[in-house]
Amino acid sequence: MQNEELRKDGGFLHSSFCVLRSAFNSVGLPLLVGIIAVILWHAAVRFSRTEIFPSPLDVARAIGQLADQSLLWRYIGDSLVRVACGYTLAVLLGVPLGILLGWYPDAGRAVNPLIQILRPISPLAWMPLAVIWFGVSNAAPIFLIFLASFFPIVVAAAHGVRTVPPMFLQAGQNFGLTAPQLMVRVVVPAVLSRIAIGLRVAFGVAWVVLVASEMIAVDSGLGYLIIDARNAGKRYDLVVAGMLIIGVLGLILDLLLRRAESWAGERR
Amino acid sequence: MRFGSVDVLQHIDLDVREGEFVCILGPSGCGKSTMLNIVAGFVEPTGGEVTIDGERVTAPDPRRIFVFQERGVFPWLTAEGNIGFGLFRLPEEERRKRIAHYVNLVGLNGFEHAFPRELSGGMKQRVEVARALAVNPDVLYLDEPFGALDSITRLQMRAELLRIWQAERKTILFVTHDIEESVQLADRVVVLSARPAHIRRIVDIDIAHPRDLSSPRYIQLRDSIFAEIGLAHKI
Repeated sequence: MQNEELRKDGGFLHSSFCVLRSAFNSVGLPLLVGIIAVILWHAAVRFSRTEIFPSPLDVARAIGQLADQSLLWRYIGDSLVRVACGYTLAVLLGVPLGILLGWYPDAGRAVNPLIQILRPISPLAWMPLAVIWFGVSNAAPIFLIFLASFFPIVVAAAHGVRTVPPMFLQAGQNFGLTAPQLMVRVVVPAVLSRIAIGLRVAFGVAWVVLVASEMIAVDSGLGYLIIDARNAGKRYDLVVAGMLIIGVLGLILDLLLRRAESWAGERR
Repeated sequence: MRFGSVDVLQHIDLDVREGEFVCILGPSGCGKSTMLNIVAGFVEPTGGEVTIDGERVTAPDPRRIFVFQERGVFPWLTAEGNIGFGLFRLPEEERRKRIAHYVNLVGLNGFEHAFPRELSGGMKQRVEVARALAVNPDVLYLDEPFGALDSITRLQMRAELLRIWQAERKTILFVTHDIEESVQLADRVVVLSARPAHIRRIVDIDIAHPRDLSSPRYIQLRDSIFAEIGLAHKI
């Protein structure tokens, strides 16, 4: 009897311990790793007596300085607009094209070699052409972001169509759907729930390309912030501050896409 | 319904009456699913033909619906959306009535708005059966529909299917590799051989529903099929 109560008590303690531990694992542990990284960073700057690389404190100060200026918010806004335009364009064109290429195997086979040649070319290699075509304007980075995300999206959508279980198509045919109806009512919804991961991967690439393209093709945005801080006065504290802002924004956007992905996944 | 020989199937000659429940029984990989796919019009036979009411089958048809294992439900539609999938030609109100009727018939009340991933295997299978019945077909083709379910759910689903069959009087062609299942369900069991499949025997199951699974006649018929397939009924 007493034993049993003891065990119950132990069970309660055990379960609250589990809750604590899982909270620590999901929040505390990453936080701890972050703090350790900052300490190591600080120590490395201190002991190497570097003149170039800023300490965490310098960077914190630089971020504060940037946040005080309206410039930072304008740059963030510019960057977000560019990535939104380029990426949206890639989704709007890439998803339908991918679906068609997956649906018509002959078309897929015909176009695939071309895609496979263009795909491994870094979008940044298009930079000189983009600058000539579009000059210093929003169009150049948007074009590069579009290129960066377009090919992964096309490939993901085409693959998504090819892996739609044949059962779904048979069922659709069985209920007397015409080919266009089959496309709208079976293929498209089946693909949309399958390509969420591809869309997220493409966005990651787009975000990377955004920063690089802003370093060359325009005079605003987060990429420009970094290159400008260096060129204008070797302000490496501002450079690292810009890098951190890019990282954090990228993380936030990725989390948003994950949210969208799991929402789409719920419909699977 | 009759058809001739194909590569995996040989000399299959079978007539099915209207309203009859026929089980196609055979070992895994013997070609019984191929046979059902040919009958349903999904696969073209290399020889022979399938005719229904004198009409040759060349393509799938909404008058005859194929029920897959539970993976055939559309994961992006709710239970209700799945059940109403084939009713797109009907006016809204009629569609709603039909969906409600079949939700009720297969016992999915309260789960109309659930997505398949929220449903158990047995419930998904009910959705698929309801989706098939909703278009009011003459014939149902079931390809090992309960194969992925646990044995208790499988027994319940068999009872449900019989109840529905008696209420709706469809012709049913039911493919299975489960001897007990076939004897519990069918009016006739078509016993196929291994590849290339041919009909070894057609067994009339002359027991009225509901069937007593411990009656001497049930055991006798079951054991005769075990013997036909060459299995001693001992472990």
